[in-house]
Amino acid sequence: MAVNLKELRNIPERLGPGHRLCAGCGAPLVAKMVMMGTDSPLVVTNATGCLEVATTIYPYTAWKTPWMHNAFENSAATIAGIESAYQSLKKQGKIDKDVKFLAFGGDGGTYDIGLQALSGALERGHDFVYVCYNNEAYMNTGIQRSGATQRGASTTTSPAGEAVPGKRVFPKDLTEIVAAHNIPYAAQGSISNWKDLVSKAQKAFDVKGPAFLNVFSPCPPGLKHATEKSVEVAKLMVDCKAWPLYEVEDGKHRITYTPRKVRPVSDWIKMQGRFRHLQKEENKGIIDDIQKRIDANWSRLEKLQEATSD
Amino acid sequence: MTGRSAKPVPLTGANAASEAMRQINPDVVAAYPITPQTEIVMGFSNFVNDGVVDTEFVPVESEHSAMSACVGASAAGARAMTATSANGLALMWEIVYIAASTRLPIVMPVVNRALSGPINIHCDHSDSMGARDSGWIQIYCENAQEVYDNIIAAVRIAEHSDVLLPVMVMQDGFITSHSLERVLVNEDSKVREFIGTYKPEYPLLDTDNPVTYGPLDLFDYYFEHKRQQSEALKNVPGVAEKIYAEYEKASGRKYNRVETYRMDDAEHVIIALNSTVGTAKDVIDSKRDQGIRAGLVFPRMFRPFPAEELSGLLSGRKSAAVLDRSEAFSGQGGPLFAEIRSALYESDDKPLVMNYIYGLGGREITEEHIGSVIDTLKDTASSGKVKEKINYLGVR
Repeated sequence: MAVNLKELRNIPERLGPGHRLCAGCGAPLVAKMVMMGTDSPLVVTNATGCLEVATTIYPYTAWKTPWMHNAFENSAATIAGIESAYQSLKKQGKIDKDVKFLAFGGDGGTYDIGLQALSGALERGHDFVYVCYNNEAYMNTGIQRSGATQRGASTTTSPAGEAVPGKRVFPKDLTEIVAAHNIPYAAQGSISNWKDLVSKAQKAFDVKGPAFLNVFSPCPPGLKHATEKSVEVAKLMVDCKAWPLYEVEDGKHRITYTPRKVRPVSDWIKMQGRFRHLQKEENKGIIDDIQKRIDANWSRLEKLQEATSD
Repeated sequence: MTGRSAKPVPLTGANAASEAMRQINPDVVAAYPITPQTEIVMGFSNFVNDGVVDTEFVPVESEHSAMSACVGASAAGARAMTATSANGLALMWEIVYIAASTRLPIVMPVVNRALSGPINIHCDHSDSMGARDSGWIQIYCENAQEVYDNIIAAVRIAEHSDVLLPVMVMQDGFITSHSLERVLVNEDSKVREFIGTYKPEYPLLDTDNPVTYGPLDLFDYYFEHKRQQSEALKNVPGVAEKIYAEYEKASGRKYNRVETYRMDDAEHVIIALNSTVGTAKDVIDSKRDQGIRAGLVFPRMFRPFPAEELSGLLSGRKSAAVLDRSEAFSGQGGPLFAEIRSALYESDDKPLVMNYIYGLGGREITEEHIGSVIDTLKDTASSGKVKEKINYLGVR
């Protein structure tokens, strides 16, 4: 299926309007773009988090497709149970249609507390797509640092203090951790590059077995940027190579978007209040460290791309 | 499934559970190994890989994921089962509550094992007693036969439209789970006929009629949902009696929410759960031979608690000893003791009641132990006074 607006408008809308996510929130964009990747019947699970609480306050729901929230750390285990029920009932001839399975989790529910359940579900080879909408902190509980939080970011549990200027350490590379499970498809995406994201979602739904998408999802109150700047923040993150858009398909690394004009990470940092303290003279070294990490990661990806290409 | 067609086979308690699971043929089993539950899962895995069941077996990476996958599978519209022990049950804790409050009829054999710490692999009831207020129905079993029969009956109780609650079916770790017994096994076809086909009301896999499970539920509705859950639990006694009666008709074996032994004229009563019931019955027989009117009460269904029945059974007796195979650290004795004392509050003619905490971490309980309890019950009745309310049996 081609990724063009004419085709995509025929995809049923599964997340309706009227939910209570913040203005400027990236999460519903991630959800909608990813769900444009399939027109098959779709069952969704959602880890505890903003996307869950703001779309389903009882007795209302914004979901027009079967949806389940179980707990925080088990979106992957829950979808695994649902998918297993489907495989069993299909095998027994009790269900005949083709159904797709999708699990959502934020970075807290994926990088941290849900990592074990995700790893298990990937290893067991369930046929599902897992999407991490990654806003780089526990935004739902009030902006606490997670394993995805950028070095130097000020959060409520890594505040920019007199002695410690924000988060001490770099985030873990979850996309590579997931890819190391040797699943058919893993990729990074961004709401700023919608064609790239929707085509990755299509691939993720099309492969047999587990697929994973790590999608940067801006959060105005958490990253502390202007509400209307969400897509711009996402775009700049991609253009400074802090969030490389790439995929790992059957073990082959491929960078799917190379910025024509690469921006320094300091431009992206400047847009966000969580990094305000990094402008102080004594903290500028942190920006240099982040830039070095970004450059090294990009060159590592290029090498991986070369090494794994046909 | 008549008494005549059932054939006796040698089975351990664990194998009795896996045999029942084979006949139930659940759509999904998600399980993680933990001693002494492992025998159940190993047995069932053989059925899966020999192709004798239709089950999708999900060998999860933790008990937390086992219960999470069961919740997903059950909401999807599948008959889902798992099994666990001790720390495994503790790890799935959060989702144990969610399974009940989502009203999912999951059936889970629990092989009772002492909860850490210190770590110990042997029997006591600290694991399932810790989960007694999770909203699950709890059924305790004396031996392998009871395990087999009650797992089958549990499917019907759980799935009944007036109930829709998950059920734990307990057996004693090693004592029951690893001892070979003669078990009457029903014909496969008769079990399938008894349990019928699961007809979920709102399955996630009915994609034409989308439903939302597990929404955020705040101060405006949460309370009502909890109240409804409590109402469902109240329906359990009536439903259980009906299902047990149907099972008796089908198998010839009768079960009750509260079992009794030589209670007709009993003056001194032992109250116990699981395998200790068997030991106590033997001791009661010999005490009866000595002219002591001893009897036994076994509240098989601990949740919902059969308070009225127990109050009725115990009122008018002279003395009663509650044997608790777990320490509740409440300062008020074990969990069974506290519940029974509460049940007796309205009784005008209550017996003198004592608590014996015993068998922690697999410490053996002998006929001599129970004999000494009955002797103390007799002395207590004569003196008219409880000497020590909370006692420890067999501790050094």
